[in-house]
Amino acid sequence: MAELKTAGHEMGMHTEQLSGRTQQRFFSPSAEENFVYHDSFEVDFNKSGEVDAADLDPTAVNIRIRELMAEGCGRITIKNPGAQHSIAVGILNRLRLDIQGSLGYFGCGLIDGPNITISGRVGWACAENMMAGTVVIEKNAGSQFGAAIRGGDLVCKGDVGARTGIDQKGGTIFVGGRTGAFSGFMMQRGRMVVCGDAGMNLGDSMYDGTIFVGGDIVGLGVDAVPGEMTDLEADWLKKKFKKYGLTPKCGSVEKMQKIVAGKQLWNYDNLEPSEKKLVL
Amino acid sequence: MCGIAGLIHRGKSGNVGGEMTAMLQALKHRGPDSTGYALYGSEDATPVNQYVMRFKVAEQAEAQHGFDIQGKMQERKTAVDSRLLEMGAKMGPMEDATEYAYRYHFDFDGDLKRLVDYVEDVDGVEILSVGKALELIKDLGDATVVSNQYGLQSFNGTHAIGHTRMATESDVDIRSAHPYWAYPFSDVSVVHNGQLTNYWTFRRELERKGHRFMSNCDSELIAVYIADRMNDGVDLETAMKDSVDKLDGVFTYLVATSDQLGMAKDVMAAKPMVLYESDDLIAMASEEVAIRAIFPHEIDTYDPYEGEVKVWQN
Repeated sequence: MAELKTAGHEMGMHTEQLSGRTQQRFFSPSAEENFVYHDSFEVDFNKSGEVDAADLDPTAVNIRIRELMAEGCGRITIKNPGAQHSIAVGILNRLRLDIQGSLGYFGCGLIDGPNITISGRVGWACAENMMAGTVVIEKNAGSQFGAAIRGGDLVCKGDVGARTGIDQKGGTIFVGGRTGAFSGFMMQRGRMVVCGDAGMNLGDSMYDGTIFVGGDIVGLGVDAVPGEMTDLEADWLKKKFKKYGLTPKCGSVEKMQKIVAGKQLWNYDNLEPSEKKLVL
Repeated sequence: MCGIAGLIHRGKSGNVGGEMTAMLQALKHRGPDSTGYALYGSEDATPVNQYVMRFKVAEQAEAQHGFDIQGKMQERKTAVDSRLLEMGAKMGPMEDATEYAYRYHFDFDGDLKRLVDYVEDVDGVEILSVGKALELIKDLGDATVVSNQYGLQSFNGTHAIGHTRMATESDVDIRSAHPYWAYPFSDVSVVHNGQLTNYWTFRRELERKGHRFMSNCDSELIAVYIADRMNDGVDLETAMKDSVDKLDGVFTYLVATSDQLGMAKDVMAAKPMVLYESDDLIAMASEEVAIRAIFPHEIDTYDPYEGEVKVWQN
């Protein structure tokens, strides 16, 4: 297993100690070149732009965001998004994006780096395959919230639908309220933090990763089992709750439940290469 | 995929035809094959025993291309008229919505099921709905096309449900379009998004109890099941809660009666639904963009949870 690096550890970039043959790479948070694409735009956070989406379709909105970044805008405001689908997708750049309103399906998908705030609600599959950055939603979210995310912080301050964090591969998902059934289904890495209640089959068939729940759990899924919270995790949760203004339903971090993979099902990471071929 | 939508005014009426058209047009991308409406006028304004019946005498394609179809459609209509009179119905206004779809008013105080069975026995005739408040309209094309064709933009009423259909397991025709009337119960209709996996087993069970199916569409099963439960004296909410256990598969459906609108979601929560509740109106749809078609300003919406059933009263 790779050696833990202090800076990343402090930021909570990893706490789960994976067993088996898993090899994790721990990036240094100070090495900025790790997070910049070769064709990303040079933006100035003191320069701002605005997009009024009232009469634009999603493609036009996304093109306008890209044009503003090319002009050097580091802060962009989107007004009147009107719950349209696929707004703010594929942003591979540092950017502070403020969305004033609600998004439809697939909002903020495939992003790597931007810091996004959304004053309204988001539909299904928000921030799907997000790789880095933050997305903070003030109201509710639909199902498949944070599906297959790989990094960054995805925060919904309200309630979210079913299958939150399905196929999650990294990063952290925060839910201020309740989450629906099958949350954490086939989770592979990363963390999910639910301040309120969780629906049935929480963490079903999870390979790895950690789920924290501050309310009641209707039922655990196959191979999801209770775990012991460490002091490091408690400190990390407190820092994050303070940062995002969240409070667990149970009142304190120490009372939250921790759910991990029981690893009694077949576990892909523990298989020999020849065995993986058989499975695939 | 398919898109479903519903709205109910609280304690008053509104332009449900125009509102539902706007919502369904916003859902066109979920299903462009056909569009259907179940619109509810005010039952209070309807005299006792007075019904509105929507029926068709041919499919759209048949009406356009069928051999000697004009003559056949006229024969079917004449047969319907004569059978209604034979059953003792006192005829009111009789309007043609299209060349193959009609809207009849009639007074009747007998056994509605017998009347419906007798009328529908006419070859090529399908009754879309019978009710004191319900009017069920469905046809091929998007919401704007159907609304213009049937003059729905100015329809005033208390509530409505609607459907945009992407045909997957049955034909692109009016018979397979939603909503479905819960035969033979006046004023009960259903729209559904999903797939039922115990369709045939369950259908045979209901057929053995005397229910009829007009299509091979699994959504019709929900309407008939709800009708069956209500026939047993069960209230709408209980019938819907029972359906969540009884129906196998993935579904979100809406059901409406003369003064209620209900929503049910399966235990996997596999099909979408977004809800908005205000003091005046409750609106719901497969996507928020449909609700925003009638509420362009920012609103607070939410998703119902797995296995959830909700019923609202006008």
